[in-house]
Parts: sequence; structure tokens; C-alpha cells
Amino acid sequence: MSSRANKMPIALRIVASLFVVTWVLMAAFPFVWTFWGSFKVELDFFSIADWTNALTGPRTQETYGSAFTGAGYHGAWVEEEFMRNVINTFIVCFFVVCTSLTFGTLGGYALSRSGYQYTFWLLIAALIFRAMPPITLVAGYMLPFFEWNLWGILPTTIIVLVAINQPFTLWMLHSFFQNIPKELDESAKVDGCTQFQAFRHVIIPVMWPGVITTGLFSFLLAYNDFAVTSMLLSEGNRTMVPQIAAFLGTTYTEGNIMFAVAAVVSATAPLFVLVMVFQRQIVSGLTAGAVKG
Amino acid sequence: MKHRTFFWFFLPTGLAMLLFIAMPIVSVVTQSLFTPHEAVLVTVETCTPFSCAQETTIDQEATAALREQSPMGRFVGFDIYTDRGHLAFSEVAQAWHSSDSFGEFLKQLNNLPFYRAMGFTIVFVFVVTPLVIVMGLLIALAVNTVNARLKGIVIFFSLLPFVITPLIGALVLFWMIDSRGIIGTALQWMAGDPSLSLKASTGLMWISLMIYGVWHAAPFAFVIFYAGLQTLPMDQIEAAQIDGASRLQRLRYVIIPHLMPLVTFVALIQLMDNFRVFEPIVGFNASAHATSLSWAIFNDLGGETRQLSSAAATSVITILGVALLLSPVLVRTWRDYKGKV
Repeated sequence: MSSRANKMPIALRIVASLFVVTWVLMAAFPFVWTFWGSFKVELDFFSIADWTNALTGPRTQETYGSAFTGAGYHGAWVEEEFMRNVINTFIVCFFVVCTSLTFGTLGGYALSRSGYQYTFWLLIAALIFRAMPPITLVAGYMLPFFEWNLWGILPTTIIVLVAINQPFTLWMLHSFFQNIPKELDESAKVDGCTQFQAFRHVIIPVMWPGVITTGLFSFLLAYNDFAVTSMLLSEGNRTMVPQIAAFLGTTYTEGNIMFAVAAVVSATAPLFVLVMVFQRQIVSGLTAGAVKG
Repeated sequence: MKHRTFFWFFLPTGLAMLLFIAMPIVSVVTQSLFTPHEAVLVTVETCTPFSCAQETTIDQEATAALREQSPMGRFVGFDIYTDRGHLAFSEVAQAWHSSDSFGEFLKQLNNLPFYRAMGFTIVFVFVVTPLVIVMGLLIALAVNTVNARLKGIVIFFSLLPFVITPLIGALVLFWMIDSRGIIGTALQWMAGDPSLSLKASTGLMWISLMIYGVWHAAPFAFVIFYAGLQTLPMDQIEAAQIDGASRLQRLRYVIIPHLMPLVTFVALIQLMDNFRVFEPIVGFNASAHATSLSWAIFNDLGGETRQLSSAAATSVITILGVALLLSPVLVRTWRDYKGKV
């Protein structure tokens, strides 16, 4: 990047830097603000009198004797038992990620190693399935699930999310496997391995970077889903996101909006850690799809 | 790979997609042709010594039996598609004849729930998608000039709006633009109007929803364009510079053409994702001002009365819309594939 072509005039450099700073503020400030505000009472976080109240928290001081209070968190986690929803979310995410990766690696590997025309059509079908909004399928699930008493429980939601996840997982793993040279498993087959043995002993040891990246995106899909989980889970089995939506339904009237704020901050924390740990994998996953496309 | 081996490898994923994507589509299409049974009514004549009165009551047993016997309901063909809640042919025709100008016609169309949802969805898709591309490109170009050590931090913060749960991201912004929140207060101060509220105005609500859309998706475009900028053909840029191309010309004639395949990719993904816009409407509590197709389905499915048939009809129309949106890409892929074979 030290090439002369990239030497910039000072003015342009300043404009670019200011733009970057503005963007970072736009991206990060809402989260910082909400995190800070989650330790205040509602009258401070939503202050009619003076916006600086949300920073200094005079009402919080009045009510709790300190500028910070964990009342919102207490309300969400203890009174409303948010813990149950957190556990449900992690059960759903764990099983969705494991199952979709198992199905996806097998399918993606097969697609990348078979030269027949049907692989093209299968990939196109997957692309169309990927394009459909998941909520359009939910109307189709309802009646059968009610009839067979499958509605409202976690396993049903898990398998539905796995299926919705498959098109994306297939595309991504397909392109990862295409980058693994065919000669590897072919030479194993020459040595007398069956296709599955070649996959088991030669491909599995080298596929982990791609699988981990794909797994991250499967996790995000399961964790972030609202349409499917809110429609297919009964009240007792809700995951975090539909529960937060439910908080809003009840709390606007009760004046306990801070429960929802605290729950939102709690649900953001794992994502924050995820980006911090896996930033490189997320970036490489995003760009891997683009380079293929 | 032999067909047999392929079959066994592909079976789990194929079965999952067949059972939970392909079958539900069939189920949705069938569902959209049926409507719930009407209650079975019985008329009983009760006579007292002085007069006879006819009384009509619901035969609960017969109704239950009928529902048990065919849970799909009764067949109505395309009636649900043409009713007031969906394509509303008769209402549209009436609006067409009764309105003097095209603007008036659109106004009347906007009172029909389906066209209202359709209108917002289409505007959202075609406003947010280009803005995401432009914004992503600007961020990528700007970040490319900052100090290498700061890049990691910038990318970290940029990724946050993208990985955040859409509903949560929408709520976080919504609480800030609330008239008592920080941005809401700032807007009131700037406009000099203490009663200004984004929640009360349809236009401002649409703008807020679209700003959310750009905020959420710009990081995705940014990361992809940024990766593309790392593979710029340096020799071409230098050649252009020697030929006297200005910075802007270099951007226009070398850098953007180099990024063009990535622009197509981002546009494709964004068209698909923006077409399903849904969570921000729930998060912004904006359904009084803006509804989308996905929101309409969600609204039918939720609540006390699960209107499966109505939701199914909207779903079918939405799927057709997605297919229409995607058709240029599919045709192109097919041509490329034909060319290769």
C-alpha cells in the first residue's frame, strides 16, 4: 500500500478519516448507549425533562441511592425467569449447529465431488429455497404440526431451523470443498478406500476451517431467528428473541420497559463475544461466498 | 462419484429440505385454496301453546365432526386470493373507475391491506439495496486509507450491526429515536418542534425503517468490498495514473469495474434479504404506518384466530414475488451453465 498511486492529498485523507470515525460511532454508539441506559430507571433512560438524565441518572439516584441499578436485570432474570429462555436458546442453537453441519458437510461434499448435471439443479433449488422468506413456510407447518401434536416443542423448531439453514450451509460448504483438491480423496480411493472412508480419513481432518466458519453462520441464523421461533414455540418453551418481543407486549402497559432493555443487553452480550473471538472467520466466510458468486 | 454414493451422502440434507421446505410449500399452496368450515346451523321450532318460534343455533357436535373429518376446511378455489385481504380485484376495479387521477387511485389502493404491504416492501427493497451498496463502498474506500493497526478495530465495530439479532437491533434504534430518547430529543431540538415524534408520522417512520435497513446491512457490503479492494490490480491503477487519470476517474474506470462482480453478489443477497423485511416493523412498532408481506403473514398467523388460509395465500404470492425478483439471476446462471457444458 506504499505505492505512489495511493498517496492521498491531506484533505481527502482527513475526510476519509472523519467518515470512518462517523461510521464507527453510528455502528457502536447505539449499543453503548443501551448498555449504559440499562442500569437506569425508565424515567432516566426515557427522559422527558432532560436528555442528560440518561447519562447521570438523577431519578435512579433518587429511587435506589446510586446512579446505577440492576433493577432491570433483576426484573428480567429473576421475576420473569429469562434464564429459561436463555437455556432454550442455547439448546436450540447447539443442536441446530451440530445437525446442520453434519447434514451440510455430507451433502456439500457430495455436491462438490459429483460431476453430474443434477448437482447443478440441486444447487439452484437450494438457491431458490434460500431466497424464500422463512415465514412463508410457517403457514404450511402449522396445520400438520397441530394435527400430529408436534407444535410448541423445541425438537420441532430445531429440525425446522436445520432445514431452513440447509440451503445456505450447502452453498457455503460446497464452495469450501471445491477448494480442497480432488486428488486428495482420489488417491485415497486408488489405495482402496471407499468414498466414505476417503471422506472420513482424508477430508475430515482438513475441513475444519470451512466447517467452523459455516457453523458460525448457522449459529447466527438460529440465534437471530424471530419469525420461526415465535410461531412454532409455545409460551413455556420460548427462546430469547420471541421472549423479548413478548416483554414488549406486556411491559408497555406495565411500565417495565427496562426489563426488555436489560434482556436485550443480555442477548447482545454473546454476539459481542462471538464477534470478538471469531472476527476473522466471519469476515472470511462472508468473502468466501462473494468470491464464488 | 457414483449415483449410489451420492444418494447416501446427500440423503440427510435432501430429506430435511424435502420434508421441511418442499412439502410445506405444497402444504401452503393447498391450504390457500381452502377456508375453515362454517359452523353448522340447525333451526329448531319450539312451539308453546300460543305460538311457534323458530330458533337457530350452532350444532356444536356436527361442526366439530365436520372439522374433524376434513381439517383443511372447505374448498373455495382462488376465492381467498381475490378477497379484500389479498388481491382484491373488485375493490381495485372500483377504485380504478371511481378515481379521477392516478394519484387518487394509488391512494385508494393504499387502503387495501395487501397493496399497502406490497407497496412498502417494494419501496424498501429498491431504496435500501442501492443505499447499502453505496454506503458499503464508501466505508470500504475510507477504511482502506486508515492506519493498518486501526483496521481490526474498525472492522470489529462495523460487524456489530450486521451480526446483531434484527429484532434487537431494531429495538435498540427504536428506543433511541423515541421522542424521549436521545435521537428523538435531538431531532426535536434541531427542528425546533418539541412535539415532533417519529412514531406519529408515516413518512418519518418509513425513513427510520430504511435507515435501520441500511445500518443493518451496510457492514455486509463493506466487508465484501473491502476484501475486493485488497486484490486491486495495482499495475492498472498506476498505468491509469501515468495516463493522467484523476483520482475520481481511477475510481470510476478501474476500481469500480474491478468490484463489479462483488456488487452483483451484494445486490442479489440484499434483494433477497430486504424482500423479507419484517423484524424492524415489529421492533419499531410501526404496523400503523408500514406493513410488509412478511409482516402480513406473521399477523395472520399470530393472535387468537390463526388465519391459516389467509396467511397461506399471502405466502404463495410472496413466493411468486421472490421467484420474479430472482428470475434474471436464474436465467443468467442457466446461460452460464449451458455455456460451460
